[in-house]
Amino acid sequence: MTPAYSTDSRVSAGIVALAAIALLIGGAFAGLLFEGTHDFSGAWAAFDPYLLRVIRFTLWQAALSTLLSVVPALFVARALSRHPRFFGRAFILQLFAVPLALPAIVAALGILALYGRAGYFAGVLAVIGGGSWPGIYGLSGILVAHVFFNLPLATRLFLEALQTIPADQWRLASQLGMSARPAFRLIEWPTLRAAMPGVAGLVFMLCITSFTIVLILGGGPAATTLEVGIYQALRFDFDPARAVTLTLLQIALTFIVVLALTRLGANVVGDTNLPVAQRRYLSVNRSETWLNTLLIVLALLFVVAPMAATVMAGLGADLGRLAGEATVRQATLTSVMLAFLSALLSVTLSLALTMARRALALNRRAGRKTVLEHATDTGAGFVLVVPPIVVGAGWFLLLRHVGDVFAIAPVMVVTVNAVMAMPFALRAVRPAYDAASERHERLCAQLGIAGWNRLTLVDWPPLRRPLATAFAFAMALSLGDLGVIALFGSDSVQTLPYLLLARMGSYRTEDAAGLALLLGLVCLALIVAAHWLGKEKVRDA
Amino acid sequence: MPEGVASGLEKGAPVRLDKVSFSYGSHGSYGEAPLVFDVDFATAKINAIMGPSGSGKSTLLNLVAGFETPQSGRVLIGGADVSAEPPSARPVSMVFQENNLFAHLSVEQNVGLGRSPSLRLTEADRAAIAGALARTGLAGKERRLPRELSGGERQRVALARVLVRDRPVLLLDEPFASLGPALRDDMLELVAAVHAERGMTILFVTHQPEDARRIGEHMVFLDNGLVAATGKADDFFAGAGPEAFRRYIGAGAGGAVSRDVARKRT
Repeated sequence: MTPAYSTDSRVSAGIVALAAIALLIGGAFAGLLFEGTHDFSGAWAAFDPYLLRVIRFTLWQAALSTLLSVVPALFVARALSRHPRFFGRAFILQLFAVPLALPAIVAALGILALYGRAGYFAGVLAVIGGGSWPGIYGLSGILVAHVFFNLPLATRLFLEALQTIPADQWRLASQLGMSARPAFRLIEWPTLRAAMPGVAGLVFMLCITSFTIVLILGGGPAATTLEVGIYQALRFDFDPARAVTLTLLQIALTFIVVLALTRLGANVVGDTNLPVAQRRYLSVNRSETWLNTLLIVLALLFVVAPMAATVMAGLGADLGRLAGEATVRQATLTSVMLAFLSALLSVTLSLALTMARRALALNRRAGRKTVLEHATDTGAGFVLVVPPIVVGAGWFLLLRHVGDVFAIAPVMVVTVNAVMAMPFALRAVRPAYDAASERHERLCAQLGIAGWNRLTLVDWPPLRRPLATAFAFAMALSLGDLGVIALFGSDSVQTLPYLLLARMGSYRTEDAAGLALLLGLVCLALIVAAHWLGKEKVRDA
Repeated sequence: MPEGVASGLEKGAPVRLDKVSFSYGSHGSYGEAPLVFDVDFATAKINAIMGPSGSGKSTLLNLVAGFETPQSGRVLIGGADVSAEPPSARPVSMVFQENNLFAHLSVEQNVGLGRSPSLRLTEADRAAIAGALARTGLAGKERRLPRELSGGERQRVALARVLVRDRPVLLLDEPFASLGPALRDDMLELVAAVHAERGMTILFVTHQPEDARRIGEHMVFLDNGLVAATGKADDFFAGAGPEAFRRYIGAGAGGAVSRDVARKRT
């Protein structure tokens, strides 16, 4: 028997949100299936040696990227954990959070500005390589970019794991006179090893679904992944059957990885919360200090250099002329509007799912979870199985028969990005809502505060800040996305990343650098806002 | 007394649990025996509910309040079966040990929610709120936020809301457990005074024998998920309670000795 107050408008809100998400994903699958059955032989014919090469390269680059990100991250995280207090530590950690929301296209440009054929380091690299520097296109470029994104992420995740080691263990270690080596073997390594599968799996997952990096830095058929293959099949080869095959393969691949990840108990979202470093009761000797300093400085340089290059290259562009260009203004306006709507939708969906999950969990008490509760709980995370390109491809194929595919661009950009940002938004909203509900649930039931009254009087004040954090983060993600707009963009609907890609394609490198700076700054401002809003907690009674 | 308050001088309603059974977890999957309550509370009196941890004191209050639903049996308030009613529709108010207030709302708003869950208040409502705040010694603190109040003051706000809600049954779930001895005395006096004015039926769960001895009139003693004994509170403390009760409040005491000790301590 369920409590009498189980009929709850929060559950209805969650059902509406789930239905909207199901429609978006289901529509994409319908498009894929329709196209696949329509032209089955064409889809089957797509299995050629080239396709096998693409699959192999997708896995190979992801495996290498994971290795190159995770192994150094282990040591950087350990170095940071050995020195819980030094000037600039907090700043370094915040800097390591920037790539998480920095648009991939901006990072790719920064890397090209550094290591490209005409990059800042081209001269040095040519001397080292003896002759001319061919630029960083291909596998090497993809790896550098992936490490740029994932080394800081893995470092933060490992550091978070290290900080879960109880202070008493450190006290004990120093009392027993443990030096660095046994302390690593007996205390740090077991923790890191436990965190390893989750972190490595997450990075691997991010690398097999990476689109923008491969598109820009891949530079040719030799270095193409499934995601870029889908895009090329739809936009250049006009080969829908081939796109279906590629998409289904991509779904199967991500599904397997996500399944393995959840088995390993990984946090698929990869957003980290770092507690304030505690006092550590440990003494680090001089040579280790030097080594740790070197490690941290190298990692810092690697992460900062592309950002700095973006700024330098951007300032070299004719920013005044760019700002005056009607196309640029239009694209900026479009970008901001679409990202705003997308963030709004994302936050609304997340809140609805959070409320429904909580209401269902409260009514369930100790019984088994219903399918609906599962859907509102873990189901939301599974949208990561279907990358934006896949959803976009499905709808592209479906709408092709109905009318103008490009006219639907704004709707696709808003909805797909909203759903993709949802796992991140949920991370900000859910703990705050659950904590507030913990305090207020019985009081609300007693006083009969429900529905709209409850939302405005009780839930809104403590949720304002987490919601704003989620909003800013979702907006940054949507603003920088190239996946959906690459499929649906046209001269009439352009966002900043799309315009940036177009300028690169027509070799207007300076313009591209200027636009990258603009885009990067807007996203950075949003991340800083998200961070600031998330940190400052309202004092509670 | 403002109108809104004066109008509610109805006497307390009878509260009865008629063979109510309840267990946490479905189908006893935890292997726990269900709690079974079959008890009549003394109408318009202060009923002290005592018992060891895990004996089901809070569950009993939650069943009366409607936060939990019985697996079988009936919850009767004022003679009517309210087992299927949501908490807000039952003629009860409840004060919890903590989290009685919304942290972001002022004292006045927190009390006002007792009149209107959407905070749309009439002039009569405002007068009732002002009266209740004055009665609980909170005049002048209307605009404060809960974090600007002491622990005792926060519970006073909760009592003020009880006054404006004016329901014939009041449930107190160890509301003064986290207060110091002097503050707790003040609060007990306030509860006794409010009860003298309103005459509602009070169900008061407490761990402190002194609380029950000071204001309790009727005693309901729970043990192992059952109502082990009921009777006049004074009889219980005079040593007439069951063996389990004497064990619970302290070895071999129960009589006049411990009463004197308690008196000296306060």
